[in-house]
Order: sequence, then structure tokens, then C-alpha cells
Amino acid sequence: MSSLSDMILILVVLTNLILIGIGDVRLSIRIVAVQGVMLGVLPLLMFDQGFDFNLLLIGTATFVMKGFVFPWLLFRTMHRANVPTESVPMLGFTTSKVAAVLLIVASFWVGGRFRELTELQHGADLTLPVALATLLSGLFFIISHRQALMQVLGYLVLENGVFVFGVAMAHEEPLLVEMGVLLDVFVAVLVMGVAMFHISRTFDHIDIERMTELRD
Amino acid sequence: MFILLLLILMPIIAGLTALGWGSRVGRRLLLISVAIVHLLLTAFLWVSRPELTEYGWLGVDDAGLLFLSITSVLFLATSVYTVGYLQQEYSRRHLDTEEGFLFLAKPKAVYVGCMLVFLGAMTGVTLSHHFGLLWVFMEATTLASAPLIYFHRHHRSLEATWKYLLICSVGIALALLGNFLLAVSAKAIGDGNSTLVFSNLLAHAKQLNPVWLKAAFIFMLVGYGTKMGLAPMHSQLPDADSEAPPAVAALLSGALLNCAFLGIFRIHMLCVGNGQAQFSQQLLILLGLVSIGVSATFIIRQRDFRRMLAYSSIEHMGIIALGVGLGGVGVFGAGLHAINHSLTKAALFLVAGNIFTAFDSKFVADVRGLKRALPITAVLWLAGFLSITGSAPFATFLSEFTVLKAALDGGFYVVAALYLGMLGLIFIGMVNNVIPMAQGNPPEFPSDRPRREPLWSVAPSAVLAGVVLLFGLWLPQPVQHVIDNISASVNVQQPMSVAVLEKKP
Repeated sequence: MSSLSDMILILVVLTNLILIGIGDVRLSIRIVAVQGVMLGVLPLLMFDQGFDFNLLLIGTATFVMKGFVFPWLLFRTMHRANVPTESVPMLGFTTSKVAAVLLIVASFWVGGRFRELTELQHGADLTLPVALATLLSGLFFIISHRQALMQVLGYLVLENGVFVFGVAMAHEEPLLVEMGVLLDVFVAVLVMGVAMFHISRTFDHIDIERMTELRD
Repeated sequence: MFILLLLILMPIIAGLTALGWGSRVGRRLLLISVAIVHLLLTAFLWVSRPELTEYGWLGVDDAGLLFLSITSVLFLATSVYTVGYLQQEYSRRHLDTEEGFLFLAKPKAVYVGCMLVFLGAMTGVTLSHHFGLLWVFMEATTLASAPLIYFHRHHRSLEATWKYLLICSVGIALALLGNFLLAVSAKAIGDGNSTLVFSNLLAHAKQLNPVWLKAAFIFMLVGYGTKMGLAPMHSQLPDADSEAPPAVAALLSGALLNCAFLGIFRIHMLCVGNGQAQFSQQLLILLGLVSIGVSATFIIRQRDFRRMLAYSSIEHMGIIALGVGLGGVGVFGAGLHAINHSLTKAALFLVAGNIFTAFDSKFVADVRGLKRALPITAVLWLAGFLSITGSAPFATFLSEFTVLKAALDGGFYVVAALYLGMLGLIFIGMVNNVIPMAQGNPPEFPSDRPRREPLWSVAPSAVLAGVVLLFGLWLPQPVQHVIDNISASVNVQQPMSVAVLEKKP
């Protein structure tokens, strides 16, 4: 673990904060793409014991998929489903930002507790808190936005949080499984895009809050 | 090993073929033949169990075999129904009664293709002995089933699909974190390449780090619990199961929920091996009771019969979680209950599909005189109701009773009282809906509506309900043996199923 990867982890947290503070859909997609690119670099900085072909492949695949393919898919969906370019979080921007900061504080506290309970391996001080903070930011993002496309972005951020933890703490995960995970997320974004297209055609909007026919 | 790969890959390849295949008859033949071959291969696994290799990613253990068999049987039943159903869909246009507009069900190729891929993914879940691989297949089941849910493409099914897709994907992402936490907990075992191989972990369960293991259990319980429909993570399930076409709802409720539970059961086995049994058992008991309670509240005032069935699935998943959480004979009860619930619920969803087709309504209030209008369907509907509420001649009675016995054996008297009380409430809620549907005079049907009951629409349900009845009277030795082994895998003491079975009334 180098200081460079620590810096990337901090940047990941910052992108979460920025994401929660804006409501522009196009910009949000780009920010999640930037986060994806940074995560793609992360495995390449994990060469603890020399060069590792698996890590190189995982890093490259992540870089391409999260940084370029997913944003492209989302922009395409946006175009086809006539997604509005603005989405205001339900709690408003100020409250959302405060909540995001609280989530980060809570993540670092939990991470610290885990360090006391278990002897964490080599210098993984930042990994668990950053992973948790990203995961919680993603969840918060999904809950606070009513627009379907923003919810997909929230899902991607959440998945990024899990990825951070996976790369830093459990890089024994075999290549085949990593690729399977990436493929699943890819198909998920694809299927969600198709579903969004049908929703916008049937409902003339993609506001999830207004889809309330199914309730008890 | 080859047969396991064949079981997973055959449906997936067939499904991808069906997606691009123009011939209607060819697709249906493909569906039925894959279902039959799949069932034959599964039956073959009962006869010759391939050895579990320590580092194998695929394998057959007792829990996997049980859930694989349930899936395979249900798939054959539902594909027979599907062939008839699709034929019927060609011949009539639908009027959505609630919203009053016409809609046409869309491409059948997608339907058949996704169903086959869905089967392959579920098979993959039951045969995976690597937690990462299990995760990949679990997410694949979500993605393959989502297009099936919005087959009808009307407002409600789209809404249901979106909720299902997003909530399940988020849940499963949390389970992925559970996987990584498990990998960290297994650092002490070393041996880089097989960190998440189940049999390897189980063999060295004592060496797992308990703190990380508990964290992994919580994340997997929440993640796979979302998919399984355990309350309070259940919100997608009633929508998805009540809006999906009948055969899909039968597969979702009957087969997929079990597969999700398998993920939880596997990590529970590791907790038991690590000496953390109490921790995981308490959580399972808690979520089990909450699920039964939530479904009781919603079933009592439910006026939509398909939603009622969906909530009943949450109840039964709660019973299975409760049984495993209680331990002892409860695990045997849970295993048996998984079979009973799956077969009964699939039968009920198919029958509910017939009722929906005939009356064009999903509301109890619109359905009258089932006994006169659709006599065979009515008998199956009542039989299914008796079975799902745990009435005596059906095996469901036996399994629900066994779970109760486990609660009393363990001294959980409050749990036992709550369990019985809530089952009673659910019984009352379902009686109030089911009996009025069967009684009375049927409304005048428009002449263009199919009123007769073709064989495909009743035979699958009849066979499934018949098996549950048979198991209630006589449980075959091999099935009992497999459930005993499952029970032994999480119980320190000997399985006591034999004692319970002898006391059967």
C-alpha cells in the first residue's frame, strides 16, 4: 500500500461528497466515471510482491468498464429515454451534504473499531472506512433521488465501495470471479437501461416516486 | 464434474439460442426438452453422487442437491404450463381491468430465452461451492428474471420490475461485501487460490477470524435475505411475485427464494463450524419471526389473491429461517418445509393464473363461484390453500409442526407462542379470501373467453400438490436421508427426524 493509493482513496471519498452536492445528471454520470477510472488504477498500485498479471487484468477491465462503458451506456439511456437533466434530492442539497459528512464520520469510527477488534493487515488504515463511506453514500444517493437514472448511479457508487474493499483486502479473489462480477454489473446497467426506456415510454417520466400503484 | 457443467451450461446455451430463434414451435420444444433433460440429469445425481473435491468450485452436497431438485421439478411443471399459456396469449388480447386499456404481451422469444437462462443461473447457485461464483450466479438470476416480470409491459409490471431490479441488485452488492469480509476472515487459512471455496472453508472453519466472520454473516444475511424476501428487506417481493406471469411467479416464489436461502445457509454452516452458532441462530430466529409477523399483518387485510400468495411466501421463508435458527429438529423441519412450500406455492400461483385468466381480475371480490365455473381449478385452489396453511394430511403440517417442536424442545416458549399465534392469524386471513372465491354463482362470462380448463393449466398444479400430499403420508427414504444430512451439517447432536416422523398423527 503506497501513499499514492491512499491519495486515491481520499479522492474517492471526495467524489462521493461532490456527487451528493450536485443535481445535474450529466455531471453526475461523469463524476461516477471519474471515480471508476480511479478505482481502475487502484489494483495496479497493489503490486506488493512484484508484478501480478491478474491484478493488471482486473485493473484494466475495471478502468475500461467503469470509466467508459458504463457512462456511455448511461448517456445512451439518457438520450433514448428522454431523461430530464436535473434531479433534486428529496432532502434538499444542504441536508444531503450534512448527512454525507455524517456518514463519512460514522464510517471512519466503525473502521477504527474494527482495527481495535482485529489486527488489520499491513497499513490498510483507510480501506475499510473509505469502502464503508462509499457504500453508504451510494445507498443514501439511491434513497434520496427519485429519478431512475440517478438510482442506477447510486447503485454503481455502492458497488464501487464494495470494490474498494475487495481490491485492498481480499485480492485473492480469482480472476474468473472478478470478471463474472464485472459482467454482472455490466448486464445490470444494461437491463436497468432497457427497463428505464420502457418506463419512460409507458409513464412519460422516470420519477420513481410517482410510481405508486403497487402498495398495501 | 462434467455433468455439473452440463446442468448449468445446457439451459444457458439453450436460452441464448432461443433468444435468436424465430420458430415458435422450435422454441417451445426446446423449452420442454431442456426441462426434461435437466430433470433426468438431476435424478441421475441422486443415484451417483460425484465426490466433493476439496478445491472444487462446483459440487453437490445435500443442501445443494435438495434445492436443485426442487428447482428442476418446478421448472418442468412451469414449462408445461408456459407452453399452453403462450399459446393462449397468441389467441387473445388483454384488457387490463384496473386501468382499462388494451395491452399485448410482447416477444415470446425473450420470455422463453430468459426462462432458460434463469434456470441455468439457479442451477449454478445450487451447485456453486465457491462463494464468489455463487454470488455471480445469484446476480444472474436477478438479471435473467427481470425481463420475465415485465412480460406484460403494463404500468404495474414495469413498476414491479424496477423495484425488483434495483432492490435486489443493491442487496446482492451488500452480499458481495459479505464475500470479501469472509475472505479477510479466512486470511489465517492462507492458501491463496482457494480462499472462498466452501469445502475448504468448512474444513478449516475453526481458524476463521470470528469478528470478520460475523460481519460477513450479517452482510450476507441482509444481501441474500433481500432476495429471499425476509422482512424487513422484503419490499420487492410482493410486487414482483404478484405482477409476474403465473409460471414466472411460481419459479420466483418456489425456486429462487430457496436458492437465496442457500447462500445464507452456507455461511451459517461456517458460523456453526467456527463456534458462532448462537450468533447466527439468534439473527435467523429474529428475522424469521419478523417475516412471519409482517406477512400475517398484510395477509389479514389483503384483497388481491396473488399478492396474498406473495406475502405467504414471505411467511414461509420466515418459517424456514426460524427452523434453521432454532436448530435441533428445526433444521429438519426447515428442509422438509422448503420442499413443501415450493411445490405448494408453485401450484397455487399456476392455479391463480387460471383464475386470473378466467375472471380477468386479481381481486378476491370479483371472483365468485369458482366451484361451478372452473371445477378442477377450484379443487386445486382449495387443496393448495389447505396445504399452504399447514393442514393435516399435507406434508406442510408435518414440517410446520416440526419447527414448533424445535421451539418447544429448545425452551423458546415465547417464540413458539408467537409462531402459533401468527400462523393462526394467517389461516384466518386466507380463509376469508379463499372460501368466498369458491362459493356462490359465477358471473356471466363473455362468450369469447376460454372457459374450459385445458390439461396444461391444471395438470402441473395437480402433480405438485399431489406430491406434497404424498410426502405428508409417506416420506421416501432418500429424501429423508438427504434432509437428515442437511440437519446434521448444522447440528452438533444427532438428527432427530426419525423420532418426529414416528410420532406423526
